[in-house]
Amino acid sequence: MTAVAMPSAARIGLSRGGLELRTFLQEPQAVVFTVAMPVILLLIFGTIFKGEVGSTGVDFRQYFAAGIIASGIMSTTFVSLGVAITQERDDGTLKRLYGTPMPRSSYFIGKAIAALVLSLLETVVLFVLGHLLFGLEAPKTPERWLTFAWVFVAGVTVCTLLGIAVSSVPRSGRSAAAVLNVPYLVLQFISGVYFTFGALPSGVQQAGALFPLKWISQGLRSALLPDTLLAAEPAHSWEHGRTGLVLAAWGVAGLVLCLTTFRWKRRDG
Amino acid sequence: MNETAVRVRGLRKRYGDVDAVNGVDLDILRGEVFALLGPNGAGKSTTVEILEGHRRRTGGEVSVLGADPGRPTREWRARLGIVPQSSNERPELSVREILRHFAGYYPRPRDVDEVIEAVGLTDKAGARLAHLSGGQRRRVDVALGIIGGPELLFLDEPTTGFDPDARRRFWRLIEGLAHGGTTILLTTHYLDEAEALADRVGVIAGGRVLEIGSPMELGGRATATARVAWVGPEGRQSIETDSPTQVVTELSHKFDGEVPELTVTRPTLEDVYLTMIGEGR
Repeated sequence: MTAVAMPSAARIGLSRGGLELRTFLQEPQAVVFTVAMPVILLLIFGTIFKGEVGSTGVDFRQYFAAGIIASGIMSTTFVSLGVAITQERDDGTLKRLYGTPMPRSSYFIGKAIAALVLSLLETVVLFVLGHLLFGLEAPKTPERWLTFAWVFVAGVTVCTLLGIAVSSVPRSGRSAAAVLNVPYLVLQFISGVYFTFGALPSGVQQAGALFPLKWISQGLRSALLPDTLLAAEPAHSWEHGRTGLVLAAWGVAGLVLCLTTFRWKRRDG
Repeated sequence: MNETAVRVRGLRKRYGDVDAVNGVDLDILRGEVFALLGPNGAGKSTTVEILEGHRRRTGGEVSVLGADPGRPTREWRARLGIVPQSSNERPELSVREILRHFAGYYPRPRDVDEVIEAVGLTDKAGARLAHLSGGQRRRVDVALGIIGGPELLFLDEPTTGFDPDARRRFWRLIEGLAHGGTTILLTTHYLDEAEALADRVGVIAGGRVLEIGSPMELGGRATATARVAWVGPEGRQSIETDSPTQVVTELSHKFDGEVPELTVTRPTLEDVYLTMIGEGR
C-alpha cells in the first residue's frame, strides 16, 4: 500500500467553516436567536433610553450602542457556539465526526471561523444602526482603530473558547439555549451594557469586573466614544493594560477547559 | 495482507461493577459480512463501539485492520466506515454537498457521484436532506460511511423503521458493497436480515459470545429434526423426523396423491436464536 498524504487540518477546518456558515444562515431560528436578538434590543432600548452620561456630553444611547456591540460579540460566539455544540453532541453529529479521519482541530477551526465571520457581520450591522439612529461615530484615529481591532479579536477569541467550553454544561440540546442565556443576560446587566457601569452599586461593579464582557464593553467604548466619558468611568482610565490581562486570563482558562473537558459523546452514550 | 479484518480475544468492558462485555472472542475475515445479534443490553453495542474506536476497553486484545482501536489514528480511521444508528446530518445541505464535504476528510475518497449512484440516490443528488424520506436518508448515511472507500464498514441497525420493500432494496445495496470486497460488520435485530446478508452470524448475550456460525448452521439448525405436518382424518397431525422425505413419500402413498395442507419445516434462525438467548440468560 502506498502512503497517501492526509488532507491538512487547516484545509478541512476551512471547509468546515464554510459549511458551518452556510448551514447557520439557512437556519432561521439560529439567526434570529443570536444575530437578530442584539439588533432588536438595540432598537427597543435605543428608543426608550435618553439623556447623556453624567455631564460628559456623551449620549447614553451611544454608550448603550457600544455595549450592545460587545454583547453582540458574546451572542454570536459564547451563546451561539455553546448551543450549537451542545445540540451537535446530543444528536450524534460529534460522534459521527469523531469516527471519521477529520482532525479534531479542524472542527474547532471551523467553529472559530464561523464565529469570527458572524461576529464581524453582527458588529457591522449594530455599528451601522448605532451610527444612523444614535450618531455613534467610527474610531477617529489609527490608535483607536487599533484598540477597536484588538479588543474585537480578543473578545471574539475569549468568548469562542468559553462557548466551546460551556457546551459541556447543559444536559441536553433542548435546554442549551435557556441555560446559556442566564449567564449572558446577567452579564449584560452587570457589565455596563444596559446601565452605565459607573452607576452600578460597587458590589455589582466588582462582580462584573470578574468577567470578560465588562472589559470588552469598556474596550469598545474607549475606541468609539470620546475621552470626556472617562469622567464617568469608575477608574477614570480606559485601563487597556488591565483589559488585556483579564481577557488573556479568561482566554487561557477557556483553552484549558476546552482541552480538558470537551466531550465528543453524550454523557449516556 | 492480513486475512483477518477483526480479531478479538478475551475482550472485557466494565462499567462500575457490571461486566457489560465479559470475555468476547471474535474473528472477522476480510471480505466477509458478519452479523452480530443479541438482545439489547447484551454487550453488542459496547463491543462494536470498542472496535470502532469510540470506547476504551477494560481488558483483552483487539486488533482492527491490524491496529489497536484503543489508539485510533487518522490513517486508521480513513480505512474504516461507520454508519451509526441514527442519521443526524444538517437538513439544510444537499446530498451532493454533504458527501463532497465528507470526501474532503479522506486521503483517497471515492468519486462523489459514483457513491451517490451506488446508494441509488442519483435522482436526489441535488435535494436537501430535509426533503428525503427516512429510507433515503439512511442511504445518505451509508454513502457517508463508504465515501472514504473503507476496507471495513460498520453498519449499526441499518434498516430499523423501514417498510419491507425499502428493506429489500437496502439489502441489495449492502450485497453490492460486499461483492465489491468490503468487509462488513452488521448489527441488527432482524433475523431475516442477518440470514439474507451475513456469511456468518455471532450471537452475544450476557456479555459473552454464545455461538458463531453460518446462518444455516447456527444452533444446530442444519441437522435439527424437521416437522412434517398435514391434515388427516383425525384433524391436524404432525411428527418430528430426521428423514422428512421418507415421511412425505409414505404420506403420499397413504393419501394416494396430494397430502392435505402438507408442510415440512425446520427451525428458523429466529427459533434457534430465541432458544439460545433464552438459555444464555
